[in-house]
Amino acid sequence: MELPTLGWQSIVIFVVFAVSLLIATYCTYAERVIAAFLQDRVGPDRAGPYGLAQPLADAVKMFTKEEFFPGGANKALFVFGPCLAMITALMSSAVIPFGNNLSFGNNAFFLQGIEVNIGMLWVFGVVSLGVYGVMIGGWASNNKFSLLGAIRAASQNISYELAMGLSLIAVLMISGTLSLREITLQQSSEGAFVWQDIFNWNIMKQPLGFIIFLVCAFAETNRTPFDLPECETELVGGYHTEYSSMKLGLYLFSEYVNIFVVSAVMSVLYFGGFNFPFQYELRDWLASSQGWELASAQNLITALGTLLLFGKIFAFIFFFMWIRWTLPRFRYDQLMRLGWTILIPLAVINILITGGLITFGVIK
Amino acid sequence: MQPLTNRSKKLEKKPMTLAERAYLPAIFQGLSITMRHFFMKKATVRYPEEVRPFSPIFRGLHVLKRDEQGRERCTACGLCAVACPAEAITMVAGERKKGEEGLYREEKYAISYEVNMLRCIFCGLCEEACPKAAVYLQADKMAPPRFERDEFIYGKDRLVEPVDPSKRSERGIQLTPEQAEALRNKMVQQPA
Repeated sequence: MELPTLGWQSIVIFVVFAVSLLIATYCTYAERVIAAFLQDRVGPDRAGPYGLAQPLADAVKMFTKEEFFPGGANKALFVFGPCLAMITALMSSAVIPFGNNLSFGNNAFFLQGIEVNIGMLWVFGVVSLGVYGVMIGGWASNNKFSLLGAIRAASQNISYELAMGLSLIAVLMISGTLSLREITLQQSSEGAFVWQDIFNWNIMKQPLGFIIFLVCAFAETNRTPFDLPECETELVGGYHTEYSSMKLGLYLFSEYVNIFVVSAVMSVLYFGGFNFPFQYELRDWLASSQGWELASAQNLITALGTLLLFGKIFAFIFFFMWIRWTLPRFRYDQLMRLGWTILIPLAVINILITGGLITFGVIK
Repeated sequence: MQPLTNRSKKLEKKPMTLAERAYLPAIFQGLSITMRHFFMKKATVRYPEEVRPFSPIFRGLHVLKRDEQGRERCTACGLCAVACPAEAITMVAGERKKGEEGLYREEKYAISYEVNMLRCIFCGLCEEACPKAAVYLQADKMAPPRFERDEFIYGKDRLVEPVDPSKRSERGIQLTPEQAEALRNKMVQQPA
């Protein structure tokens, strides 16, 4: 690893960091607009044109609210909880390949923070650390309702992480690698695959796995219909009952960062990542009949792919919000039953089917 | 059992079909419903910029009308106060002096005329009772919210149709007869 590569990587990490924060910021705005539209309302339109400065106004409100520490609370842990939730949410975006490589001269640059061959494990490891943020927050509040809420949230996250991991194993069986970049490249149509059509995405090979993953993603990000950690009616406010000001803001904000990350992971794992149909045809057409250099044509493809990946991510984010304003919340026992008695067995069956299909050579 | 009405339905609890148990079709149905709402016309009225029109029969804030020559129509007959079921209207009558013909239409007029907006139920009986077509409930103006209770007692300064809007005073004050007399003298000195 040379120094220019490191410099490039730090730039990419910085950009990814900024972009995830920006998208999460505007997720709060988008959520309100989408909620309003689905309920035949207009939504925020006071702050700035079309209410676009609304996240800013929200931030000012959050920062200027009173900082409150409950009596007898463990102050250090109380502050550490939301920080941990935020850090883990942001860390997991580092390994996501946001694009193919750009080449300038002899140097090829990956549009990815860290290219590691354990990318998927990294995401899962970091995401599962996020449970500590919830758990510490509930524990440090010195409030029995917060603690109960935190236990519920933690057990929900752990339960659904099992099914999520199992549904992912089927993808790994097909791809044979944990590297997110490799998985993405395998979904392009240039390699030698059974299905040589333009849609070589994993969703075609793993429809059941995708549905399980999607449901688990909802539970992991604490979104409706699985937003039981925020149980206003039963446990006052769940694990963040005692939180106020920007510490609460960080918890809520990390949820949006998580949505962004999980949308990106789903796009990469199941929807071809930065690949798009006819990309090689477009490149070859540009290179042959339009007289472009192959490298610059490839760079254009990369840029387009990155844009389309963000399109896919935004579509998923929209889907998350669409679901939120459609479905009512599950009851806690229903949630646990769905996770343990339906999703985990389904994921195991999915593994068996995938294994069978690989053994008999239907899919590679 | 004999059904009480012909609308009663027999409730049956069938076991759910596979599609119902799978839950996902119902989710897609719900998603399609909310998606349709996404493109529907919004019901929102952007209030300060966009004002929803009042109903044509809306009864709002009272006004004491003047006639074509700018004279007050009210003769302080008290019929509105009698008709008022909430007893919100009080008035003090006075005799028109010489030189005041330009101010008051009849020989008798209201030195003070007060409507207590905390009592008023906006029924409109006062305007029905008025023989001189003096009191009306405006169709386009509501009694605004205020901070103090005495500010809800609307005196003549806020009820009488202003000749010139800049001559409106800021708050209505409940007048004692002496104050009403003082007000009358003041108005004689500077005819509106």
